[in-house]
Amino acid sequence: MTEPLDSAVPAPDAGLPDEPTLPPLGSIGLLRWMWRQLTSMRTALVLLFLLAIASIPGSVLPQRGTNPLRVDQWLEQNPGIGPLLDRAGFFDVYASPWFAAVYLLLFISLIGCVLPRIRQHAKSMMAPPPPAPRRLTRLPVSQEFTSSVDGAALLATAQGYLRGRRWRVRLGESPVDGNTWIAAEKGYLRETGNLVFHLALLLVLLAVAVGGVMGWKGNVIVREGSGFSNTLTQYDAWGGGRFVNPNDLAPFSFTLDRFTVDFERSDAQRGAPRLFEADVTYRASPDAEPTTRTIEVNEPLDVAGAKVFLVGHGYAPRFVVRDSTGEVVFDDAVVFLPQDGNFTSTGVIKVPDASPSLGFNGLFLPTAARAGSGMGISVFPAADNPEVLLAAFRGDLGLDSGVPQSIYALDTSKMVKVGLNPLAPGDTWTLPNDSGSIEFTGYERWASFQIARDPGKELALLSALAAIVGLMLSLFVRRRRLWVKVMAASGGGTLVQVAGLAKTDSVDLPADVRALAVALGADVDDERSAP
Amino acid sequence: MTSVQLAQASNAAVYASMLTLTLAMIFFAVSFAAGRRRPAAAAVSVSVESVESVGGTAVITRTAEAIDRSSDPGRRAANIGMSLTWLSFLTLLVGVILRGVWAGRVPWGNMYEFSITAALGILGVFLVMSIRRDLRWLGLFVVIPALLTLGLAVTVLYTEAAQLVPALKSYWLVIHVSAAIICAGAFTFAAATAALSLVRSRLERKAGTTEIGGWASRMPTSERLQVLTNRVVAFAFPLWTFAVVAGAIWAENAWGRYWGWDPKETWAFITWVIFAAYLHARSTAGWRGNRSSWIVIVGWVAFLINYFGVNIFVNSLHSYSGM
Ligand code: HEM
Repeated sequence: MTEPLDSAVPAPDAGLPDEPTLPPLGSIGLLRWMWRQLTSMRTALVLLFLLAIASIPGSVLPQRGTNPLRVDQWLEQNPGIGPLLDRAGFFDVYASPWFAAVYLLLFISLIGCVLPRIRQHAKSMMAPPPPAPRRLTRLPVSQEFTSSVDGAALLATAQGYLRGRRWRVRLGESPVDGNTWIAAEKGYLRETGNLVFHLALLLVLLAVAVGGVMGWKGNVIVREGSGFSNTLTQYDAWGGGRFVNPNDLAPFSFTLDRFTVDFERSDAQRGAPRLFEADVTYRASPDAEPTTRTIEVNEPLDVAGAKVFLVGHGYAPRFVVRDSTGEVVFDDAVVFLPQDGNFTSTGVIKVPDASPSLGFNGLFLPTAARAGSGMGISVFPAADNPEVLLAAFRGDLGLDSGVPQSIYALDTSKMVKVGLNPLAPGDTWTLPNDSGSIEFTGYERWASFQIARDPGKELALLSALAAIVGLMLSLFVRRRRLWVKVMAASGGGTLVQVAGLAKTDSVDLPADVRALAVALGADVDDERSAP
Repeated sequence: MTSVQLAQASNAAVYASMLTLTLAMIFFAVSFAAGRRRPAAAAVSVSVESVESVGGTAVITRTAEAIDRSSDPGRRAANIGMSLTWLSFLTLLVGVILRGVWAGRVPWGNMYEFSITAALGILGVFLVMSIRRDLRWLGLFVVIPALLTLGLAVTVLYTEAAQLVPALKSYWLVIHVSAAIICAGAFTFAAATAALSLVRSRLERKAGTTEIGGWASRMPTSERLQVLTNRVVAFAFPLWTFAVVAGAIWAENAWGRYWGWDPKETWAFITWVIFAAYLHARSTAGWRGNRSSWIVIVGWVAFLINYFGVNIFVNSLHSYSGM
């Protein structure tokens, strides 16, 4: 759009302000000047660069949105600069005010740029092609030949030819020399495509915003054999947009019947996951029929407007704790969180019902081996040789303090360590000092699910596709003009001039001019400048 | 063939392709060093005049070539280079296909496989482009990155074929990755022509004319190089947009969100924004020409950071390097 056509021809649409100009005095003038600066191509360019640069820190530093634990670690390791960066939003870059400032300015600039262009384009679509310039042979591609056919007939042929190829055609007569001409133009879709593309980007942003305020997502860990129902309290973590009522979630539910995993056992990529499958039974609403399904990594469950994705898995070793009298005070499987690719997992067992209360820090090794230091490590992610290492504590678990506690951390500040012991399945460890015993009875698996609803995603997809189509039109369609002028040749017959002008890219133009000339009876070798 | 034979055949094809590619590189280098005898100046300037006023197009070389076809040793070397490049491409294609047969899936499961396919993409884009125009002068600058990619693949990145991790088991793998790999070829091509246009424009500025002799005479003028760069980016950008959108659809299906600012996604976005900036720069006063060539190179670097940097060094959901 900023590329005006050759000066020989009046440009149908004025170029955008490109060159910097000095601000005029007066507040209205200044505002107008600022608006023009903001909507100039140069500003768009600078803002695009800024957007690229502003995106970088979020790929280097850990981000709260995706990895809050690593953010905390990073802050601990960098007490100096960490808090400063934190305050400046570097751990939540894509939600930070400065990132928003860049893309909002860009989109304001985009609107300011596109709206006037829509008006101009509509006008130029309505207007007939511009009249033939005086000296057609001066145009970059032109051809001249004489014909024995008379001028009017040639113009009629040209008109038929061009209309058949969907050029927009206009007939005219030069007021200066009285010669008649045809003007034709093609490729309006280029600008249309460009406008569609830019508008579609706005729609993508809108779709993201819709998802942001009306969508929600949560994570939940479900043990084999257990169930989940879609209420806020069941989630381990949940976040929703401003317009979501968390008490009003669609009341679907499911149970995890079976979870199957398989790992690579050959040497190449040993231990890499090969299969995750969660067999579930779900109900779309409390009174719906139960249905069974298998959820896999690329095959989420679509239910009641939400999607249930399988995102992770791990082990939940099962323990029975007895007090000194032999009475069972704890009998449950405990979710341990994997720490590495071989599923070395950590977890915590809290037994408030024992007296005094007991707590255990546990390490679960699915395929246990001894490292050189004697430390237990896991060497394979499947449970080929399971073992737990337990550190037992006795005392006050701190559960009554009123401060909410993580189920994955043990506060040992008011406890004393009782001992450390490895256990294989079936082993019982009798704690010293008559504190009771703990038995490692086996393990279950758990799967973690992300459950999400994003009402903006269809719009996002549609606008992204519109953007691609618009982009292709904008880059591949070539806007170009052709003119034919006929006049009496000095030696009798008709002198025919055919010429063309392309707006941005002249690849097709010589061929267009040549084909038109040939259609009018020119000898192909006669051309002046076609390749 | 047994599995072991398949594996050996695939590796042998990759090595054979590297060998012919090295030879191609040597011939292209010889051709470059030989320079080019100038054709009669008049023949060139006529056709140049006819097109450059609207931004120049690809019509000039044919006229120029017609004149000095016979006695040019550099040209002969370049011809051999082209043939060897075709040979390497076909051998590599066999290698990639055998790898896929061996693994029983598309050969895009780890970085070794991505890399040999990316090298195939680089050569493929170059060869397809060379069918309709004379690109012998560009051979050296396309063969070198392809060879480096292959070298890295067989030395650092090599992994035995194995099954896919579950997250990769999707037909989106085929769609998304094949688009990205063609883009790898096109971005590399564009970065090469952009870099050459910078070199050439410097020489032209020094010489005060676009008619320069010596080793750089074999390349087109900086302006034509920019037009070519532009054309390749215009092809690659929508394809890259498509690759990113396909990735987003896949992410939605696998992880429950179509965009999560994972490092891989972030750098795909950065690459996209930089090339969008390039397309704007073409029509911004003061940004056409050399500055826009720099933008293409920066965009290509962003693409490389995404490919190597994020796969190997960053903890990303997309870390499938298999290393
Ligand atoms: C969200 C940010 C933007 C993106 C990603 C973007 C992307 C693009 C792309 C890829 C093109 C190339 C299509 C073509 O050459 O026809 C383009 C062209 C164009 N853009 Fe943007 N754009 C953005 C914002 C803007 C803004 C703010 C302006 C106004 C100042 C603008 C004005 C233009 C114009 C005038 C063209 C046509 C250039 C030409 O004819 O070569 N764009 N844009």
